[in-house]
Formats: sequence, structure tokens, C-alpha cells
Amino acid sequence: MSHAAHKDYAGAKLGMWLFLFTELLLFGGLFLLYAVYFKRYPHEFAAGGKQLDWAMGTANTAILLTSSLCAAIAVTAVQRCELRRAVWLIGGTIFCAAGFMVIKYVEWSTKIGHGIYPGSAHLKEGPLGESIFFSLYFMTTGIHGLHVLIGGALLAIIALKVRSGEVTGENYVLLENGALYWHLVDLIWIFIFPLYYLIL
Amino acid sequence: MTDNKQPAGSSFWNDTGKTGITSWIFSTDHKRIGLLYFYSTFGFFLVGVLLGLLLRIELMAPGRTIMGAQTYNALFTVHGVVMIFLFIIPGFQGSFGNLVMPIQIGARDVSFPRLNLFSWWLYMGGAAIILTSLFTGGGPPDTGWTFYVPFSARTGTNVSLAVLGVFVVGFSSILTGLNFVTTIHRLRAEGMTWGRLPLFVWSLYATAWVQILATPILAITLVLVMAERLLGTGLFDPSKGGDPLMYQHLFWIYSHPAVYIMILPAMGVISDVIPVFSRKPIFGYKFIAFSSLAIAAFGSLVWGHHMFVSGMSDTAILVFSFLTFIVAIPSAIKVFNWVSTLYKGSISLEAPMLFALSFILLFSIGGLSGLILGAAATDVHVHDTHFVVGHFHYVIFGGSGFAFFAAMHYWLPKFYGRRYAEKPALIAWALMFTGFNIMYFTMQVLGMKGMPRRYYDYLPEFANLNLLATVGSWILAAGMVIMLVNLFRGLWWGVPFEGNPWGGATLEWSIPTPPPTENFVEEPTVTHGPYDFKGTGKP
Repeated sequence: MSHAAHKDYAGAKLGMWLFLFTELLLFGGLFLLYAVYFKRYPHEFAAGGKQLDWAMGTANTAILLTSSLCAAIAVTAVQRCELRRAVWLIGGTIFCAAGFMVIKYVEWSTKIGHGIYPGSAHLKEGPLGESIFFSLYFMTTGIHGLHVLIGGALLAIIALKVRSGEVTGENYVLLENGALYWHLVDLIWIFIFPLYYLIL
Repeated sequence: MTDNKQPAGSSFWNDTGKTGITSWIFSTDHKRIGLLYFYSTFGFFLVGVLLGLLLRIELMAPGRTIMGAQTYNALFTVHGVVMIFLFIIPGFQGSFGNLVMPIQIGARDVSFPRLNLFSWWLYMGGAAIILTSLFTGGGPPDTGWTFYVPFSARTGTNVSLAVLGVFVVGFSSILTGLNFVTTIHRLRAEGMTWGRLPLFVWSLYATAWVQILATPILAITLVLVMAERLLGTGLFDPSKGGDPLMYQHLFWIYSHPAVYIMILPAMGVISDVIPVFSRKPIFGYKFIAFSSLAIAAFGSLVWGHHMFVSGMSDTAILVFSFLTFIVAIPSAIKVFNWVSTLYKGSISLEAPMLFALSFILLFSIGGLSGLILGAAATDVHVHDTHFVVGHFHYVIFGGSGFAFFAAMHYWLPKFYGRRYAEKPALIAWALMFTGFNIMYFTMQVLGMKGMPRRYYDYLPEFANLNLLATVGSWILAAGMVIMLVNLFRGLWWGVPFEGNPWGGATLEWSIPTPPPTENFVEEPTVTHGPYDFKGTGKP
């Protein structure tokens, strides 16, 4: 049975899905705060949202969607035993992740350069709701960015395992789980993007 | 833990040929991890007990007795953090869940053995961080275990580090939860249908879901408290537009379901022990199984009853009060079924059974006093008094704690192959039961008379009852010392414990004592229910 336990793909995927639920709930707390404070400060949230750069947000959305596509194709490639192609595709995902982080860095440093960061003197002088908006913005995108880094690192390890032959056409649940995690990172951004950049 | 006095013969203590300390702390065997969890969580329980005794000594007489206000604040905070986050939340799942659950479902291990070990390491890491917070920076946190803002955002004590430790322990709890849900879905032996799962496994299953679904909310809340302190985000700070009430909501969205993480496995232990010592199948198996799930589900919707006087709207208070009363129903279903199981049973009053029976009584007192707190009108009267302290300890100590002791007497001999002496165990139980009631019932009376909680001093009119409660704490402690000496002396040097002396019908009693590393020599096929006692040895 211990032999069977190591090959329990359905079990491994079930565990991963449960873990993804916990990630959703983690961000759920932040979205809950967003909902409550948005109702309390609708005008300040609108003013804050207009200060975010929608072009960079859109670019990052496109980048993440592309990265997810690469990850999904990589899984199919491994299933067809095209291991070299899979490594390239995972590399594409990681490249997109890096691009996302660069744009995020530019966005954050511009904001911080304008004196907009949690607890800054500039925000203290402005309306209360705007300070809350930017605190939430930095917390949410910060924790999401951390997940992008973790996901990228995870995929890099998996790419090495594809190359070393530990992940193969018969034994690819690790890659599948890594791709699932990456889709989650993507999915959370799909909610962050409209809430902070578009609807306000 | 490498003890030579283990009975000869092959078992998980020696059959891998490895007995050094690294063979334990890097083991992926669920039984070894279970014992690691048992000794680490129970060690913290003893620390918490000592702190509790100190608190009671301070309250023995009005005014300063042995410590000042700041020390008292730190001690009750650390008592709460240690007992809740380091003992009772990880305790049941980590120790008895790990020890017994895979065997009860007929598996060789959990689904993710390495993740299981990682959970224990995370737990120890978190515990180390919490311990570090006590002796560094601004000193031990003084906020109470709830870390309420705005005080937790402003106090100079070492809250950030303590909160980080709790965050890490929470992550460990999540991983245990998802490991157990996956294991119970995927690794049941042939014939182990959902309707044949022991009720302990059902309760672990419900608990694991609560761990998975509630703990992430605690994680994000604690991250926000750290951000509040380190970055000044202001999300809970009114002067920056935030709302402290939002902290309380987020905190209790986790921490109310968390009390079900503490009590559900305890109920599972009781559901397993009572039929065995009544020699009768459990009454209402399905109702007990589903009431575990019902408690997990409804328990997630009642967090607002901690906040009746925090400034919520009256509508919210009404709704949360109503939902709170609904949770009482599945809990009562369990109590009625246990009592019905006893009816016309052939009851043998051995130590595990005595602890289980006192669970029913103490949990019922705690549960009923909970309804006084759940009704908004009466809650306003007793909120933040010693009545709450008494209620909480009746449920968590009289309930979960006594169930933990029942589990120790019931299952630990199975894993050691030696047992404790019966008579000292009965004396210990009698002392603990008496001391417990003297201590905590008095607290409930004190609360009704208006004595607030979390103060090191009180009005002179409360002096006599406080003295009584403190004397109760000494009787309780004396009983506990006898219990521990007897139990552990028995486990290491006691008479051999072989076969199936209790006459249990669950799978752990069908394998050798102590179990071998892979539990089952042959993959088991289950042909009867967990409480079908025909042919289990005892008449």
C-alpha cells in the first residue's frame, strides 16, 4: 500500500486543491476589507483608483494570462512526452513572472516616490479613505507579488526536475500541481485588477 | 525516548533498526510523529498549567499577592497563547489524530507523510518564535490571547514576534488539516465505507475542514496586525480611517470555528470510548457523525457572539444570537446519544470511561452556560466577567482537556505495550474532577456577582470565593500530578498491555501491541462496523 500511496495522483491533486482553497480564503480576508471600506469611502476609493496606472495594470494582466497559457501548454507537452518543449514553456512562464514583477516594481517605486505608501506623511494629510485605499492596495498587491515569487521559484524547481527526468510523461503530478498553483496566482490577479484599476 | 524497557518483539519502536533522536525528529512514520506531537504539545500544556496556577495564586487575596499588574497581564496572555495555539489546537489532531487515525481507517500512513513531518517542524518553529518573544524586545505580550487592536498595535511589548509565531503555527495546522482530509478520502482500506468510519475519524474529518477553511483568515489577520505595527497601515486604526471592529470580525471568523477545532476531536474520543466501556454499540451513529459536520458548518457562522458589546448593529446581534442557539442543537444531539448508549449498557468504570463520563457532565455545564452568553440580553450582564472564564474552561478544559486525558489512558498503552495502575488513576480522576468544579464553578458564581476578568486585583467582597477557587486549583493540580506520575511510570515500567484488553472493535485493536511500523501485516479488509463488539474478546 505504501507503494500505492506514493502513486496516488488523485490524492496529490486533492491535497493541492485544498491548499488552493486556503489561499483563496487568505486573500478573501483582504477582499472582505475592501468591500467594507469601499462602502464606507466610495469617493476616496474612486479618487485613489484613478491615481493607479491602468496601462501598467493591463500590461500585467496580459503578461499573467500569457504565463498561465504557457503553464497549461507545458502540462500538455509533458503528457505527450515532449520534455524539451515543456522546459521551454515553463521558462516562458517564469520569464512572464519576472516581467510582472518588474512592472510591479516600477509601479510601486513611482507611488512611493510620490510619497504614497502606508503610514506616509502625504497620506496622513489627505482624506482618511484614501489612506485606507492605498494601505489595502499595497497589502494586497504585496502579498500577491510574494505569491508570484513563490510560484516562479516553484516552477523553476519543477523545470529542473523535468530536465533531470524526475517529472516525466507518466509521472507529472508535480508539474500539474505547480501549474494549478500558478493559475491561482493568475486568478487572484484577475480579481485584483478590476477592483483596484478599473471599476473605480 | 529510546527506552530499553520496551517489550521485546518487533514494533515501530525498533523494527526499522533506528532508535536515535534523528530517527524520531526526521521520521515520517505517523506514530512517531504522533508521539512527537504528543510530547511537545503536552509539554506546553504543563507550562500553561503552571502559569494558570500562578494566576490563581495572585487572585488568592485582594491587592498585590505575588505579582504586579503588568506581570499579571503578561502571564494571562502567555497562558492563553500557549494553551490555545500550542496545546489544544494542534494537540488532538497532531498527537491522537496522527497516532490512531491512519490505523483506524486501515492505512499504513497518512497521504503525505513528509508534509506531516514538515507540519511538526513548522509547529516547533512557531513555538520557538513565540518563546523567543517572551524574553526579547519589549518583553512578553500583554494583550490577551486575542491580540485585540488598538492596544495590540500600540503596546510596546513584543506582540509582532508572538503574532508571527502564531502565524507559523497556523500554517502547520492548515497542512495537518489538508493531509487528514486527503487521507480519509483516499486511504481507507477495502470495506471501510463512510458508514463504518469510527466516530473519532468522523470528528477529525470535520475538524480538518475547519482547519482548512478558517485558519487562512487568522493568517491574514495576523499579517495585518504585523503590518499595522511595522508599517502603520492603519487598516484597524480609526485615526487613519480604519475600524477596530473589522479586526474583531476577522479574528473571530477564525477563532470561533477554532474552538470547534478544540472540541470536535474531543467529542470523537468520547464517542469511541463510551461504547467500548458500555459493551454496547453506539446509539445513533449517523446522527453523531453528521452532527460533527453540522457543528463545523454552523460553528463557522456564529463568530459575532463574541462582539455583542463591541458596537455591532442590533440586527447583527439578533442574527448571531439566533445562529448561536442553532449550534447548541448538534452538540445536544451528541450528548443525548452518548447517554442513550449508556442506557442498559454493561458499564465498566475504568479510567478512560471516568474521564469520558465527566466530559459529558462538564461539557454540558459549559455548553449551557454558553447559552447564557449566546443570548444577547444576558451576555451584556456577564460579558468580560469571570463567568466567561468559567464557561470557557468548562468547555475547553472540562471538555477537551478531560477528553485528552481519556485518550491518554485509552490509547497510549496501545502504543507503549505497557499500562498504568488502575487505582491511582481513579484517585487522580476523583481529585481532578473535584478540584475542577470547585475552581471553575466558583468562577462562574464570581462572574455572576460582577467580578471582571483580566484584572490582578478585585473588590474585597470577592475575597472568599476567590480563595475557594484557588484552593480548587491546588486540588486539581494535585490530582494531575498523581495522574501523570502514574500514567508515565506505567507506560515505561508498568505491567504489559497486550491484545485487546478494553475489547474495542475498531481496527487499532486488531493489530499487534505496540503496532509495527507499517501497522498491518496484510492489507486489512473491513467486514464489520466500528462498534460491533461480537467476538472482540470481552463478553
